Amino acid sequence: MDNDTGRKIRVVVAKPGLDGHDRGAKVVARALRDAGMEVIYTGLRQSPEQIVAAAAQEDADVIGLSILSGAHLPICERIVALLKEKQMGDVKLVVGGIIPAQDIPELQKLGVAGVFLPGASLQDIVDQVRAVAA
Amino acid sequence: MSKVLDEKAAPAARTRPFTTISGREIRPLYRPEDVKDLDYARDLGDPGQFPYTRGVHPTMYRGKVWTMRQFAGFGSAAQTNERFKYLLANGGAGLSVAFDLPTLMGRDPDHPLSLGEVGKCGVAVTSLADMETLFDGIPLGEVSTSMTINSPAAMLVAFYILVGEKQGVPQAQLSGTVQADILKEFIAQKEYIFPPRPSMRLIVDMIQYCTDHMPKWNSISISGYHIREAGSTAAQELAFTLRDGIEYVQWCVDAGMDVDSFAPRLSFFFNSHSDFFEEIAKFRAARRIWARTMKERFGAKNPRSLMLRFHTQTAGVSLTAQQPYNNVARTALQALAAVMGGTQSLHTNSLDEALALPTEEAVTIALRTQQIVADETGVINAADPLGGSWFVEKLTNEIEADALEYFRKIDAMGGMVAAVERGFPQREIGEASFQFQKAVERKEKIVVGVNDYVMDEKPMPILYIDETTAREQTARVEALRATRDNERVEKALAKLKDTARGSDNLMYPILEASRAYATIGEMCDALREVWGEYEEAPTF
Repeated sequence: MDNDTGRKIRVVVAKPGLDGHDRGAKVVARALRDAGMEVIYTGLRQSPEQIVAAAAQEDADVIGLSILSGAHLPICERIVALLKEKQMGDVKLVVGGIIPAQDIPELQKLGVAGVFLPGASLQDIVDQVRAVAA
Repeated sequence: MSKVLDEKAAPAARTRPFTTISGREIRPLYRPEDVKDLDYARDLGDPGQFPYTRGVHPTMYRGKVWTMRQFAGFGSAAQTNERFKYLLANGGAGLSVAFDLPTLMGRDPDHPLSLGEVGKCGVAVTSLADMETLFDGIPLGEVSTSMTINSPAAMLVAFYILVGEKQGVPQAQLSGTVQADILKEFIAQKEYIFPPRPSMRLIVDMIQYCTDHMPKWNSISISGYHIREAGSTAAQELAFTLRDGIEYVQWCVDAGMDVDSFAPRLSFFFNSHSDFFEEIAKFRAARRIWARTMKERFGAKNPRSLMLRFHTQTAGVSLTAQQPYNNVARTALQALAAVMGGTQSLHTNSLDEALALPTEEAVTIALRTQQIVADETGVINAADPLGGSWFVEKLTNEIEADALEYFRKIDAMGGMVAAVERGFPQREIGEASFQFQKAVERKEKIVVGVNDYVMDEKPMPILYIDETTAREQTARVEALRATRDNERVEKALAKLKDTARGSDNLMYPILEASRAYATIGEMCDALREVWGEYEEAPTF
C-alpha cells in the first residue's frame, strides 16, 4: 500500500485533450482509491501544463492519463517534456486507453512507465501502478 | 429407469447469478400469470397503433427495411468524402457524419487543446469550406444525412443548409437528422461547451428554425447511446433518454411552440447491447412510454407526435480488443436485437473499433452483417416477432416501471436540467459502470477473450491516422482566414454576440456568419464570450 517513503501512493488521474469519455478514468480512479492510494482526479479537458501543475501541487508519485481519442503521442511527449523542464523526473507517467500496438515502443521510448489497453483488468492496473511508484 | 431420465432432464441449477448484463434478476421460467394484467389494445396494440409497443408502422419491415446507416468520418473532409461515396456505392442508404473532437468542441485546429485531436475521431470540419468538400459530388436532395454533433449543432446545420443552397437544393428538401442532444452530453458523453441553460436555448432556437423551414429534417436525436456507453443499465438508458425528451418538449412548449408542430420531427437514438431480450424489451417499452407521455403529459394529438422513431447503434463498449473477429458475432446479435425491437435505422460497429477507427474492409463486413439480417434470417417477415412472449412482455413491463420510477425522481428534482446540475444521472451511471466492472473482475460476467477463453494473438492491421491532417487542416484554415472578407466575418460575429445577449433566434446570425466563412471556433468563441464555459466538478 505504501511506497518506500512510508506514505500512501499519490496518483493524479487525468483526462487530457478534448475527449469527454470519462468512464475508464473514473472506474480506474475508484479502483486505485479502493486499493488504498490517494487519488486526485483532474476532471476533463486538462492541458499538459495543467496536468503537470496538478502533479506538482499534489506531490504525486504517478500521473495516470486516460486517452481514447488517438492523441496519446503528442500529449505524452508534451507531458514528458514538461516533467523534465520542471525537474519532476521522479514522477512516473502511465497511460491507458485506445492505443495502437505500433505506438507502444514509442511511448516507452518517451519514458512512459506503463501502457494499459482495452480489457486490462483493474487488478493489473493497481499492481502496475504500485510497482512503478515503488 | 424413469427416475434416472428425470434426473438427467432436470439437473440442479448452477449457482452463477442469472441476471441480465444490467444486473436484472431473471427467473427460470415465465408463464401466462406473469402478464395476466396485460391488455392487448391498451398496452400493446397492433404495429402502427397506439401505444405503438409493437412498432410505429403497420407493415414494419415488409413496407420498408430499416435504413442501413453507417457512421463514418476521419481525417480530412476529402478523405471522408471518398468513404461516403464508397458506402453509398455498396448499398448504404444514408450518410452519418462523425466529426473530430475539435469540431465537436467548437475549437479550430490550431487551438492548443486541439493538440493531437485533429481528424482522429472523425472528420475535421472547421468552416463551410470543409463542408463543401465533405459533400462534394453527393446530391443532398437525394441522400439523407445524420450528423452527430451537439454543442455546435446549430453551426453544422447552417453549414449543411448552405451546401444544399450551393447545390441548388432548397432547405425544405433537405432530409436528415442532427443529434443536438446537449442533455446527454452533460449526463454522459461530456462534450459540452456552454452551461446547461444557454445550451438549451441554442437547441430550442434550432428546433424552432427547423420546424419553420425544414419539414423533412429531424431537428434532434435524443440519445441514450452515449448514456449506455458510459456504463448505465438498460433501464437507466431508457429513463434518462426519455426524460431528456420530456425536457426538450417542455422547453419548446414553454418557448411558445405548439407540441404537434415539432414533436413529429423528434427522433431517438438507442444502444443495442449484448443482453438480447432485455434490449428488445427496452425498445418496446420506449415506444409505449413515449406515446403515453406525449398524449397524457403534453396533450399531443398528431399520431406522429406520439410515435417514437429511433436509430440504433450496436454497443461499441461491448467490442473487445482481444480476438477482434469475435466482435462480428457480437455485433450481429446486437443488430438482430435492434431489428426485433423495431428500429428505423441501424449502424453496426466494425470488428476493429476497440483498436481504432475502422478500416474499409471492417466497415464492409459491418454493413454486410445488416444485409444478412435483412435478407437471410427471415426476421423481417412479421412485425414484433416476440410480442406476446410471456418473458419479453414481463421484461417490457419491468423496464417500463423502472423508467417511470426515475421519471418521478427527476420530476421531484425540478426536471432534467436541474437533475443534471446536481449530478444525479452522472452519479447513477458512474455507480452502475463500476458495479459492472467489478462483476467482470469477479468473473460473474464473462467477456469472451477478456476474462475467459483468453489466448495469445498477433496484432491486426488497423487504420492509423497520423498528424498529417492536423498540419494540413491548420494550413487550410490559415489560408481561409487570409482570403475571406474578414470585415464581413467580424460584423457577423458581433451580430451573433448581440443576439446571444438578447432573445432572438440564434440560427439567423449563425447562418450569416457561416456564409461569411467564419470558423466553428470563432462562432463558439463569440458565444463563450457571452455565456461562459461549463465546467463539471471532477468527482469519481
